[in-house]
Amino acid sequence: MPETEMAEAPVKAATGGNILEVRNLQAWYGESHILHGIDFDVKAGEVVTLLGRNGAGKTTTLKSIMGIIGKRSGSIKFNNQEIRGATSDRIARMGIAFCPEERGIFSSLDVRENLLLPPVVRPGGLPLEQIFDLFPNLKERLNSQGTKLSGGEQQMLAIARILRTGASFLMLDEPTEGLAPVIIQQIGHTIARLKKEGFTILLVEQNFRFASTVADRYYVVEHGKIIDGFSNAELAANMDKLHTYLGV
Amino acid sequence: MQALYAQLLVGLINGSFYALLSLGLAVIFGMLNIINFAHGALYMMGAFVAYFLLNLGGINYWWALLLAPIIVGIFGMILERTMLKFLTGLDHLYGLLLTFGIALIVQGVFQNYFGSSGLPYAIPDQLKGGMNLGFMFLPVYRGWVVIFSLVVCLATWFLIEKTRLGAYLRAATENPTLVRAFGINVPRMITLTYGLGVGLAALAGVLSAPINQVRPLMGADLIIVVFAVVVIGGMGSIMGSIITGFALGVIEGLTKYFYPEASNTVVFVLMVLVLLVKPTGLTGRAA
Repeated sequence: MPETEMAEAPVKAATGGNILEVRNLQAWYGESHILHGIDFDVKAGEVVTLLGRNGAGKTTTLKSIMGIIGKRSGSIKFNNQEIRGATSDRIARMGIAFCPEERGIFSSLDVRENLLLPPVVRPGGLPLEQIFDLFPNLKERLNSQGTKLSGGEQQMLAIARILRTGASFLMLDEPTEGLAPVIIQQIGHTIARLKKEGFTILLVEQNFRFASTVADRYYVVEHGKIIDGFSNAELAANMDKLHTYLGV
Repeated sequence: MQALYAQLLVGLINGSFYALLSLGLAVIFGMLNIINFAHGALYMMGAFVAYFLLNLGGINYWWALLLAPIIVGIFGMILERTMLKFLTGLDHLYGLLLTFGIALIVQGVFQNYFGSSGLPYAIPDQLKGGMNLGFMFLPVYRGWVVIFSLVVCLATWFLIEKTRLGAYLRAATENPTLVRAFGINVPRMITLTYGLGVGLAALAGVLSAPINQVRPLMGADLIIVVFAVVVIGGMGSIMGSIITGFALGVIEGLTKYFYPEASNTVVFVLMVLVLLVKPTGLTGRAA
């Protein structure tokens, strides 16, 4: 393994400092300008949620961090290293893992292959037993075709497969979308467990009732900008504003 | 009956080439989304590289079986890196035109130096002669081609369907962006996949050299039938390409025995029927 990667390894231990710093992030899909200057930070060990209406730019923010959006400007620092110009495979190898909104389960792979697909990028990932402990359903369905799973199971598989790679910074894009309340609850418990394990989580959610059960801090995204931010403790005081922002 | 068995054998041999070539086409189409019209020219290059190795370097058939696919595979990877990779996201038509152009250029260059007639390539000593099976006489070399092709096809199937590397390949065929976001260097994988597909074509070229001679247009004649095989089998499935390749070779052989006049058209008639009934091919997935 190259030395530079080793030097970045002890990410989980260093809680408190900013693990991610996004400054004036702009992004385009073809000709359309989606992000108009996103600024926010995530500290190591935190669960931070991006809230906002459909089309506000939440998913685009995650994809820009992951390096999936072709045209972007501004600055994205991960562990004090500029990653804005890097390709997504390099970014993944620095320890960022992404669970997309559409889950991205591969139909030509069985559950086991889906689970083992993302390569281990650094030491410290969860061992398989612990993953099966979090998601017992997956263990029983290892030989099923990936897309034969229920929506909830697919979501669990999509989260499970990024836990064993050693990436300590997880980006989850609407993990509760379209799922039954009991499954949403299970995913909530999982996120709480992961936080305890030392993972840092950047969450995109429309379901802010769910977000409020897991998040430490919130940012509100609107028209491709961060327009507000507050901690969980300030949530009650900001409830009215939040209702206006989200139109709920 | 002797004649029937002989035609069956010819069918199996042609089927071996169809299978090796359509397998490569399917793998390339899956990853690059390119209909590789240069496949026939690269098959021909495999035979020529074997010929050069023997006549210029004194390197025998067995080494050629290994070296020719590697050399032509590297040539293919250079094509991918310098030209094909710029077609990402464009319509299929561009890939078709570009690879067709490459095929014409490569064939033109070889024709310029070697004309259209065939160069001889001797059967290696170890595979000369034949066996009397009781019901027919089997030339050893032909038996070898069928068995070796089958082994290579099944090994490729195993690689793609049963190994971790194959899982990357299948996943990247479905969603390259996400696979890359997991930390896999997908562009490099695409180059290697093209090299693999091209290598299979070159291998078929080496196998064919002692049977069909080495000719600049040997691939051009074959590739049209191979495309029909691919259409019949469907692009989606590896095992489908293998089975369809061998099966159509045999059907062609049988037609030569029962109704020789139709032997050159039977594959295309089948293609039309399959397109009418199941446009995605027998084993293909919907696009």
